[in-house]
Order: sequence, then C-alpha cells, then structure tokens
Amino acid sequence: MAKIIAGVGTSHVPAIGAALDNGKTEETYWKRVFSGYEESKRWIAEIKPDVCIVVFNDHATAFSVDVVPTFALGCADEFIPADEGWGPRPVPVVKGHSALAAHIAQSVILDEFDLTVVNKMEVDHGLTVPLSLMFGQPEEWPCKIIPLAVNVVLFPPPTGHRCFALGESIRKAVESYPEDLKVVIFGTGGMSHQISGQRAGLINSKFDKAFLDNLTANPKKLTQMKHVEYMREAGAEGVEMVMWLVMRGALNTNVEEVYRFYTVPASNTAVGNIILENRPAPRAKKAAVVRGKAKPATRAKKVATVRAKAAAPAKKKVAKKAVAKKTVAGKKLTKRARR
Amino acid sequence: MKAKKKEYEDIPGTIVFDADQSRMGYGINMFCMSLLKAENREAFKADEEKYLDQYKLTPEQREAILKRQWIRMLELGGNIYFTSKLGATDGLSFQQVAAKMTGSTQQEYADMMLAGGRPVKGNRRKSEWEKK
Repeated sequence: MAKIIAGVGTSHVPAIGAALDNGKTEETYWKRVFSGYEESKRWIAEIKPDVCIVVFNDHATAFSVDVVPTFALGCADEFIPADEGWGPRPVPVVKGHSALAAHIAQSVILDEFDLTVVNKMEVDHGLTVPLSLMFGQPEEWPCKIIPLAVNVVLFPPPTGHRCFALGESIRKAVESYPEDLKVVIFGTGGMSHQISGQRAGLINSKFDKAFLDNLTANPKKLTQMKHVEYMREAGAEGVEMVMWLVMRGALNTNVEEVYRFYTVPASNTAVGNIILENRPAPRAKKAAVVRGKAKPATRAKKVATVRAKAAAPAKKKVAKKAVAKKTVAGKKLTKRARR
Repeated sequence: MKAKKKEYEDIPGTIVFDADQSRMGYGINMFCMSLLKAENREAFKADEEKYLDQYKLTPEQREAILKRQWIRMLELGGNIYFTSKLGATDGLSFQQVAAKMTGSTQQEYADMMLAGGRPVKGNRRKSEWEKK
C-alpha cells in the first residue's frame, strides 16, 4: 500500500531558482536563504521518497487566460521545464508517476472533487524551485513527481477549506493504491508577499509565523480564513498559502514539526519552509504504556530521532539571528560602497 | 444594476485580478503570454506597434503597453504574472517591475525588502492611505 509519510511546505520564489542557476548561492544574500534548506535537503535524502506530490501554481505558463482550471493533476510521464521569458531553467525534466496520478484522479473525482486531468504541461518555477531547494542540483530528480496545479492567479482561488478537504481525499486515494510507495506531499508558494500594485513589497512576518504555528497544531483554524484576510494581511499574492493546506489535509491530525525555517526576503517575498511528519494519534495514557511495552525498541528509537531533529530548529534560530545581523551589516557595507 | 461592492476593494494599492478584470484584460494578457516564445519576443522588439496589431486592445491598453505603464496595465485588466513577461522581454526581473509600480528606484525598493519589507501596519485599508 502506498502511504503519505510527511509533508513539506516551502516558498517557490523564482529569484531563488535564478540565483541557483546563475551560481549565486555563495553570495551573502542568497546564502542566508540556501543555508536554511540544508537541513531539509538532508532530511529528504534520508527519507528517500518514491514519489512527491507537489502542490503548486502555474504562473501563466502552462495555462493562459484561455483555460483556468482550479485543480489540475499532472498525469503525464514527464513534464518539461518551461521558458518563462528568461529561457528555461537548466534543471532535469520532471518525471511523473502516471499510474499513481491516474489512480488519484479517478479516486478524488469519485470523491466529488471536479479535478482537471492534464496529460501535457510545461512546468514553471512554481514546481521546479521547490525541487531545487529540496534536492539541490542533481543530474536527475531522485524520485517521481506528481504535479497538482492550483489556480491562485485568477481570483477567487479555491478556499482553504476546500484545499484541505482535497488533501484528505488525496490521502485516501494514495492509501488505496496497491503498490508499496513512500509518498511525500509538498505545499508550495508564499509566504507573505505582494508583487503587484503600489503596495508591492508587503511582508507580514507575524502573520507568517502564526500560519506556520497553526499549520502544525491547529490547521482547522486556517481552513476558516477568508481570501480577503490573506490578501490584506499577507499581500495580494500571499493568498498562495492556501496551497499549503492541501498538503496539511493529506497528513494525520497529529504531526511532528521536525523542521522550520523562515527568512525575509528573497526578492519580494518572505521565505518559509516547514517539515511535518505523520505521527499516530495520541492515545489515552494507559494504552500508550501498553503499546510501549509491546514495541519498546521501535518506540525508543523513534523518540530519539524526533528529539535529535527537534533540537535542530533551536540551533537554527540562533544561526538565523546571526545571519540577520550579518545581513544588516552587509547592507550598511553596500551603502558605504555606494558613497 | 449597480455591481456589488467587493470586500477586497478596500485594500490599498492593490488591483485584484478577478473575473471582471480578466474579461477586460484578455487582449493584454494573451499578448503578454505570446512573449513566452523567444521568436515572438524578437518580433515584438523589432516592431512593437505592428506586433500589437495582432491583439484586440483598446487604445488605452495599447498605450499602457507601449509606454510600459505597469500599474495602468493592471487597472485595465492585465495580471502581474502576464505583464511580468513583458518585463522579462525588457530584461526586468519581478523585483524591478515591482519597484517601478511602487514609484521607487530599484535600490530603494531592494533596501526596503532587506529591511523587512513594507509593513502591514498602515497598509491594510484605503482609509489609512488617505490619512497620509
């Protein structure tokens, strides 16, 4: 049986892809962003998923204003990285898992989600930047990818509530697929940003942090948030964050937040990254003890892993503060250099 | 019949690309979309006026494109993910287009972002901008 074991939330800022492709990762500005993903890269290299379902949005690349599907599932064997006006990104062709994708499509449509099936789709930075952030620059992507494109360009996007419910339905679909596959689901986009109009440049770190907190512990609260609140509080394009709720809906109610990273800015945008691993629902104390006795070795090992991982973000926080200070210093330097 | 007021109209400096805007801006957006192809970028650069003749545009939309009035294009139904392709054709990044829309220089805008971005305080409602 296929199983979704974890979820990844990440921004998909195009400038991050450009920085990587143009060899700027060692520049102070970009190092601040890329260093935050080192832990995530290690994590996914260890997990070795067979398939990643990547929830993203197309940015007027595969879909013009001729056809705007709300949810479109990529069921092809491969997806070519698109030319978005600056030339295509020099990244590997994205290999799909058409059998699992077709199974998911059929399953969620019968579960009453009117999904669009896409058999040909070029993929833009919305899909390829998260892959680069999590997998680096390999010759081939290390697993199969199923793209799920969500419309967030033409208002209104689907509601957060609907996105979460689709995630739940995708999970049911995956779990009814007979082959043993380890699946990780990505929710991408955001965090706070606005790239259009006179209010461009808006960032709301307080909002973003609360979003991450609730994503882990209280996602149902987020499903009630209206689009206008995302747009007012987190920028017109911040509404992309509804896509993270598809990812969250596909996970257990009980998850362990094993990693979190947040930095401002990458170009116009606040960058966020979170990793959530499925955990069994907490049981009554008595039951837990019994279970603990039954499988002492496994339990002890699991807890240790979690503890080690949980310690990492705390260290990162300190590192991040240091980086933030450096950035300020860097900025002063630039100013001085300009004089 | 008067159109119902939209709850997001109250957000300052923001043009929400909804179905009404999309209907109005079809020509602008499809023109921008064509710039995804390298040969079309070349053809457009060679003769902008002639290239635009292929698209159904109002005189205002045509002028906004030719004069690179980035905000005006959005007001007339353009969407940022489409108009940014015109930016790319001109060699501009998303950030450079954004800087132009806010009326600041690229350096001022980049500095604002490095300092944490535009704060949400005072930027939530149109009434807050009118006070300024």
